[in-house]
Amino acid sequence: MLAEARAAFVEALDQGWADPRRVHAEGRRARMLLDGAREAIATIVGARTEDVDLAPSHTAALHGAVRSVLRGRRRTGADVVVGAVERAAVLNAADFSGNRITVPVDPTGRVEVAEFVEAVRRPGVALAALQHANGEVGTLQPVDVVHDAARAAGVPLVMDAGASLGHVPVGDAWDVLAGDAGDWGGPSGIGLLVTRSGVRRSPDWPDDEDRWFPGGVSVPAALAAAVALQVAVGARDDRTRRELVDHMRARIAAQVPDVDVVGDPVDRLPHVLTFSCLYVEGEALLGALDARGFAVGSGSACTSSALEPSHVLAAMGALTHGNIRVALPRGTRPADVDRFLDELPSVVATVREAWGVGAL
Amino acid sequence: MGGRRTVIVVDARGLRCPAPVIRLARAAKDAPVGSTLTVLATDPAAVHDVPAWARMRGHVMLESTESDGVHALTVRTQA
Repeated sequence: MLAEARAAFVEALDQGWADPRRVHAEGRRARMLLDGAREAIATIVGARTEDVDLAPSHTAALHGAVRSVLRGRRRTGADVVVGAVERAAVLNAADFSGNRITVPVDPTGRVEVAEFVEAVRRPGVALAALQHANGEVGTLQPVDVVHDAARAAGVPLVMDAGASLGHVPVGDAWDVLAGDAGDWGGPSGIGLLVTRSGVRRSPDWPDDEDRWFPGGVSVPAALAAAVALQVAVGARDDRTRRELVDHMRARIAAQVPDVDVVGDPVDRLPHVLTFSCLYVEGEALLGALDARGFAVGSGSACTSSALEPSHVLAAMGALTHGNIRVALPRGTRPADVDRFLDELPSVVATVREAWGVGAL
Repeated sequence: MGGRRTVIVVDARGLRCPAPVIRLARAAKDAPVGSTLTVLATDPAAVHDVPAWARMRGHVMLESTESDGVHALTVRTQA
């Protein structure tokens, strides 16, 4: 969490500890803080305060968006057009509440835009969902073209900006916007959902004072999330991180044999780098990197409790094993990146040696 | 000439990623160029990783089928 967000969180523990639904003075103060957080977020994303809802998680925000819009538009149909590399929360919510129509992606992870546009025009489509950028591989999606087509067809577009909000401008090609405070440097446990007026939605869950996310959210966390977003959009060092990732992509492709550096090399998030190493078990590679002080992620099946590998890598036709995802935080030092790049080839070689696959 | 070559079958059932691809690669390395190999695998990752391996190695993916949880993935090796 960003230092400024942490300070706001601590301060709000004193000022905003009460239940914002209560009418006593402390409750009203908590309510003011909560509404202030919503207002600050609204200004940043270009919306009205009343359009901003806070959720207890990014997953809850996405579930709520898909479920409530499908319920609100049930007379139109139950079809949901989604990209194949959407977050699992979107895919699962579409399966749960509607009929999912999945549009494939190209080898960079970008959705096949002509197919998407054609799909939203069909009768019976109640909702479309397309992420702003893919968080696993960094590729930006053609949201402008898809939003134009969806608007022309009268279909609302849910844009998941969970991986991009706070890192790059997310634009206005959306009717419903979802974001993740944990990703932009705020606390975990706050998701964002912004709904343009005119999007018909209705809860398919029990009534509550907090209609869209029953039970509401933690006021200190909400305040910290808003402060973090202000700091994140104010501090644009995108060029530094972008150049570091360019540098990493080039060096990894050149210095690690049999590696698949995935995602679009240009139209991408500034801070995400993903690659897969042939014949390498993701878990072994993660462990070897962790032992040298590098905290990275993986989309390989052997690194998760699920048996299935990353649906994103699979949809792209990328190698799913030996996968490493690196997300550079703001302020990452080039020296640290270089140390990673210096050590990576020997780490991969060592893991391959152990498996006896060096010469395959 | 023109006769159908024998298909080399690689049994990787019960093995987790990346073992099926490694077994297939070992068999492909030992076989003459132009061989046809079928790997049998129960790991769902193999369905994605065998075609990706073939692409990276310049081999041709011929077929991918599934029966009773066993995937049969067939490639033809190229020089």
